[in-house]
Formats: sequence, structure tokens, C-alpha cells
Amino acid sequence: MIDKLFPNKILSLNNKFFIHLIFLMICVIGVGLIYALLISPPDAVQGNSVRIMYIHVPASFISISCYTVMGLISILSIIFKIKILPYIAKSIAPVGFVFALVSVFSGSLWGKPTWGVWWAWDARLTSMLILNLLYIFYILSWKLIKEFEEANKVSSFIAIIGLLNIPIIKYSVDWWNTLHQTSSITLNSAPSIHYTMLIPLLIMFFGLIIYSLIVILMKYKIEILKLKLKKK
Amino acid sequence: MLSKKVKTRLVFLGISFLFAALLTFFTLKTLKSNIVYFLSPTEVYNQNNLNFNKKVRIGGLVKEGSIINQNTSIKFTITDLKNEIFVSYEGSIPNLFSEGKGVVVEGKLQDKKYFLADSIIAKHDENYMPPEVKQILKENKN
Repeated sequence: MIDKLFPNKILSLNNKFFIHLIFLMICVIGVGLIYALLISPPDAVQGNSVRIMYIHVPASFISISCYTVMGLISILSIIFKIKILPYIAKSIAPVGFVFALVSVFSGSLWGKPTWGVWWAWDARLTSMLILNLLYIFYILSWKLIKEFEEANKVSSFIAIIGLLNIPIIKYSVDWWNTLHQTSSITLNSAPSIHYTMLIPLLIMFFGLIIYSLIVILMKYKIEILKLKLKKK
Repeated sequence: MLSKKVKTRLVFLGISFLFAALLTFFTLKTLKSNIVYFLSPTEVYNQNNLNFNKKVRIGGLVKEGSIINQNTSIKFTITDLKNEIFVSYEGSIPNLFSEGKGVVVEGKLQDKKYFLADSIIAKHDENYMPPEVKQILKENKN
């Protein structure tokens, strides 16, 4: 039953497909890095340390988005018991976790030259750390619990409850006084980043999103292959 | 349309999620004073039961023209454009610390208007621009 529709599609994504995507990714990230590190100007206040933004912001955004998607899929999976959904949610977790780590560490590297501290227990930083922990719990529950149904229940529970953390991360800088500055790119107003810095940021965004897609698809393909082997 | 089982799970999940959301909301509300990273001078001014022995953080803008350097120590005024607090500090200063910019100081209040800081953290805003653009903005302002 599971073999219908979606799983076969993912298995038809062969190496050629992935090589094309990887090639595209290398091009986009290459252009993005050249633009971000060489062409774009230093910031008037922060100088060259602003270049950490070109990794930090996309990494944070992707880790939060991945978690949101993971949580929503887990909700659907718990309610409708669609067999394939847990495998999709499970495939999204690693890349989200890696970017959550990148976000915290690049933020720390950025904090030292600008704020003067590596870490501060402010609401944005703390909620991001909690996101890291949630990812760890989620991934561990899949690794440690042997029985599939059981692992699915526990990890979905973590993913769904953890969804509450997402608006807290997003709005922490607006709800409370925080050391972290408020968002520079918002939906309802012009970005407060000069276009010479916004362009490389958007290119890096695009490149890292392609990277995430590649990793998620590869992981998902492996999950499906494992499933097929088990069935035989 | 939905089967009974699906409906039960939907209701159960909905209620538990709502419950967890409420719980989080009230926890955050209760912990508000711990979550805020710093107080503004006005918040200090309005607070009646200040503990002068406890370390606090106060944040705001460094008032233009208020920085006084004396060999190793530095004195300046933090303002939120309504109230001001006079700060005295000895030690290293982050690069971004300058007049008119955001700052967070950690230390002890001596009284509502005087603060003895043991560390200074610079705060920066969400605006990013190249130096030339900043120069133009500055010229246009004058």
C-alpha cells in the first residue's frame, strides 16, 4: 500500500537529478559567497562582521521553517494516520537541526565583536537554544525507540508541542526587551537592509534552501529504501 | 466526511494543544520579569520596590555628548528619551559602544538615577547600510 504514489516518485529521483541540483546549489552559493564576502560593502556601524549575517539569517530561517513543517506534518500524521508522513517529518529533522546549530554558533561569533559577549540569556537566544534541544529530543526519540509506532508517537508529540516555541522565537524580539535586534526583513514594510546587502542575503537564502531540499530528499529516499528492504 | 476515529483524534489533539498553549502563555506571563533582558530607565523610574543589592541590566541609548572618559573609567548617561540614568563604569568597552547607539549595562543601581556598571554590552539595531549611505543620510539630516 505504501508503495503507491509518493514513494515510487522519490525512488525515481536518480543520481542524475541530485547531481543537477547539487550543481545548481554550488553555483548559487558560489555567487552568493562572492557577493557576500567580496562585493557587498561593510556595514557602517559593524564593519566586516556584518558578513556573518549572510549565513546566520538564512540558517535561522531554515531551521525554524523546517521545524514548522515537521510539526504540521506530525499533526496530520497523528490525526489521519497517513503512513508516509512520519518518514517525511523524520527526513526534515537533520537539516533543520544542523541549521539551528549553525544559527546559534554563527550568532555567538557575531555577538562577540558587536555586543561584546558570546552569549546572553535573552529571549531570542534562549528560545533558539530550546529549538536546538527540541531537535535533539526529536531525533533521539527516533534513534532510541526501537518500535516504529511508539517512536512515531513520541517524536510527533515532541514536534507538535515544540510548535509552540516557533511564535516565541519569531516574536521574542517584539514582546520583550531583548539584546537581539528586531527583524530587518518583514512582510509589511520595506526591509531595513540596504539593497547592496539584501541581494547577497537573498542569494544565500536561495542557495541554502536548495541545499536543504537536497538533504531532505536524499534522507527521504534512504528512509523509503530502508522500508522496502525491510518488507522483503 | 471524517470518520469517527479521525474526529476523536482531531478533538483530542486540538484540546491538548490548546491546553499546552495556555500553559505556555501563563508561564511566560508569570516569568516576564525574568525574560526581559533589561529594564529601560522609565521602567526603573516607575518601579517602587527596587532591590538595590541585586544585579540588574538597564538598556537604552547613550545620550549624545554625555560620554566622559577618565583614564580607566568612563561615565555616560543612558536615556530612553523620557528618563535618564547616569552610569559609571570601569573596564573594557565593546567596539560598537558610541554616542546615540544602543547599550545594555549590567551592575547595581545606587539609586534611581545612578548606576554602577560591571559590564557593558553594545546593542545594535536592525538597520544595515554601507558607510557611504550612512554619510549621505547624515548630511541630509543636517
